[in-house]
Amino acid sequence: MDFDLSEEQRLLKESLERLLGDRYAFEQRKSYGQGHEGWSRDLWAQYAELGLLGLPFPESYSGTGGGPVETMIAMEAFGRALTLEPFFATVVVGGGFLRHGGSAEQCAELVPKIANGSLTLAFAHTERQSRYDLHDVETRAERDGAGWVLDGEKGVVLHGDTADKLIVTARIGGNRRDHDGVAAFVVDGRAAGVSRRGYPTQDGLRAAEVALAKVRVGPEGVLGEPGRALPLIERVVDEGIAALCAEAVGAMAIMHELTVDYLKTRRQFGREIGSFQILQHRAVDMLIALEQARSMAMFAAMMAAEENAVERRNAAAAAKVQIGRSGKFIGQQAIQLHGGIGMTMEYKVGHYFKRVTMIDTMFGDADHHLRELARRGTAPAAT
Amino acid sequence: MDLRFTPEELAFRDEVRAFFGANLPDNIRTKLVEGRKLAKDDIVTWQRTLNKKGWAVANWPVEWGGTGWTPVQQYIFQEELQLTPAPQPLGFGVTMVGPVIIAFGSDEQKRRHLPAIANLDVWWCQGFSEPGAGSDLASLRTAAKREDGRYIVNGQKTWTTLAQHADWIFCLVRTDPQAKKQEGISFLLIDMKTPGITVRPIVTIEGGHEVNEVFFDDVKVPAENLVGRENKGWDYAKYLLGRERTGIARVGLSKERIRRIKELAAMERAGDKPLIEDERFREKLAAVEVELKALEMTQLRVVAAERHRSENKPDPASSILKIKGSEIQQAITELLLEVVGPYAMPYQPERDDDERWNEPPIGPEWAGPIAPTYFNWRKTTIYGGTNEIQKNIIAKAILGL
Repeated sequence: MDFDLSEEQRLLKESLERLLGDRYAFEQRKSYGQGHEGWSRDLWAQYAELGLLGLPFPESYSGTGGGPVETMIAMEAFGRALTLEPFFATVVVGGGFLRHGGSAEQCAELVPKIANGSLTLAFAHTERQSRYDLHDVETRAERDGAGWVLDGEKGVVLHGDTADKLIVTARIGGNRRDHDGVAAFVVDGRAAGVSRRGYPTQDGLRAAEVALAKVRVGPEGVLGEPGRALPLIERVVDEGIAALCAEAVGAMAIMHELTVDYLKTRRQFGREIGSFQILQHRAVDMLIALEQARSMAMFAAMMAAEENAVERRNAAAAAKVQIGRSGKFIGQQAIQLHGGIGMTMEYKVGHYFKRVTMIDTMFGDADHHLRELARRGTAPAAT
Repeated sequence: MDLRFTPEELAFRDEVRAFFGANLPDNIRTKLVEGRKLAKDDIVTWQRTLNKKGWAVANWPVEWGGTGWTPVQQYIFQEELQLTPAPQPLGFGVTMVGPVIIAFGSDEQKRRHLPAIANLDVWWCQGFSEPGAGSDLASLRTAAKREDGRYIVNGQKTWTTLAQHADWIFCLVRTDPQAKKQEGISFLLIDMKTPGITVRPIVTIEGGHEVNEVFFDDVKVPAENLVGRENKGWDYAKYLLGRERTGIARVGLSKERIRRIKELAAMERAGDKPLIEDERFREKLAAVEVELKALEMTQLRVVAAERHRSENKPDPASSILKIKGSEIQQAITELLLEVVGPYAMPYQPERDDDERWNEPPIGPEWAGPIAPTYFNWRKTTIYGGTNEIQKNIIAKAILGL
């Protein structure tokens, strides 16, 4: 048992934090967000140069061979800087589908392009009715010779407006809520029949509503075994949850730092407001929520590669519960303790609050996962 | 970064588990599972079994009978004790006064007291709190005046746990009434048989007798019973309290109690199904389990970081463990109270007070101790430094507020 970072991991953390420290000040972030894609191609190239875009992939595909802990380190740094680039959508989730469901040919074709920054991906899964149930899929895929034809509508596809390719889930058989019958496809974002309506999200990112009308996908676009994709989706989502937890921890840590600094500098009634015990205890409650969240983000990362799917799912769910609850508490209190300044668009803290609030709505909120844990009736395994 | 225990650590866990399985008397384990009180003899018997094995004072330096285990092994040992469940070695000796004597005591004090602590030949109790000195411990007033090579002690201690069993008491006493309040305190070892000491029971809300008042009336204590230097007692007390908080998370104990909740909730019916199948109950239980998992990970982080810390410096993060650990323990007693339902009501203390009690229980066999435990465990957020005091510590030591 060991919570120390290796030498390579420390270097990764330091070099990424240095880059983001130089290039991701609050005003710089604002200008990246105002670009036509909503993020910075220049930073994207820098990430590629650092090896970040190949982080979780094996070296045989031009990756850097990292695991969930490396992803955690990167995502926490991105959370601290509140970055806008599609690292999560492309490398963690899109890349996850290739790593766990892609054929050798698909990986050889696509992964090197992810790693060098020339290919972005987005995960088109959520539908209007599905909420957080991964098996709830209405979009249909019908056989068409050797390939498939896709029809349906996907919503809140993170970075779906700019992604070069979409990972689309669709049903090849059974009813809307069956666990069997789901398939995953790689679809070109500019394929005939794909229409995308891009929009900004609450937290300054970009997403799209994606309509699929008779979209043809060749046999080379099928990920894994058609009809049995749900375990693949769950596995990728669990890795995604671990990554989101790390990002949220980065954002929570900044909110806590900003708040404690504010308590030390803001003066009212002739003294620093941090000298008031009620505010001290609130800051301590935020710290406890942060440390519990950090513990669970680490737990989720270390369980992300667990082969036992039940234990892996329980770990991810438990982490998402903790992150959701801690994030809400820390975010709301950070605003409260800043008072009026915390309400303003021009001050940082509200942007972090918005990001952690939106993270709770990704891949299942705290109540969803608590319900799932209660239903399965098993706590995460002891070590 | 790796969550798994090494093969050596797993082998160690199996060894500990096997020893507890083979050597812990069934009736002691049953009492703990059922939440009933242990007799003094139960605790003494078990600690002597551990001491014979060389495990009673696992946390001490090897030269005084410690094991030399790594922090992870210490953690595993504690966790196995709690999961079994088995009694903890008596904390007042093993984790409180023992380490203080080892760190600050004289050679004579070490020779005299340490082996007796390890074998529980001498039962220690803790004389810190006073009626006027609770959270503000440093305002304590029990006075020790030096006269003719001895101290004359006058005053009152309170909340003294299991003083009714105790042979010795370690006390914080005021030796310099003129000094700033933290700087006039000394750490004194006192034989409970000394004339002038009176112990009076305090009955707590559940009806039990764990804590006492201890009165000192011209109690004559030999000067060689002073630990370390006169007026340095506050430093030794802080050392002791920091160590106390690390063990206070009691993750293993809470895991064992959750196992118990599941067992009982599967037997108890709510409507036409077992309570354990009630959705609302399951969600509340799952929420506590998530908190506990997070606490376990936080505790493991503190344990793993120990090898990077200098000896004798408690991690202020241990205050987080105390706060969360006690909150979770209380949440668990609330869930147990819900499980028992209407049969929480009958008050039947006789079963604990008299081992020969053989009347049939009122209601389910297991119901008796559950409500008293709920009432009694309100103490966990008060003792060892209230959770509010822990927050003051964190605000100052970690946040710099």
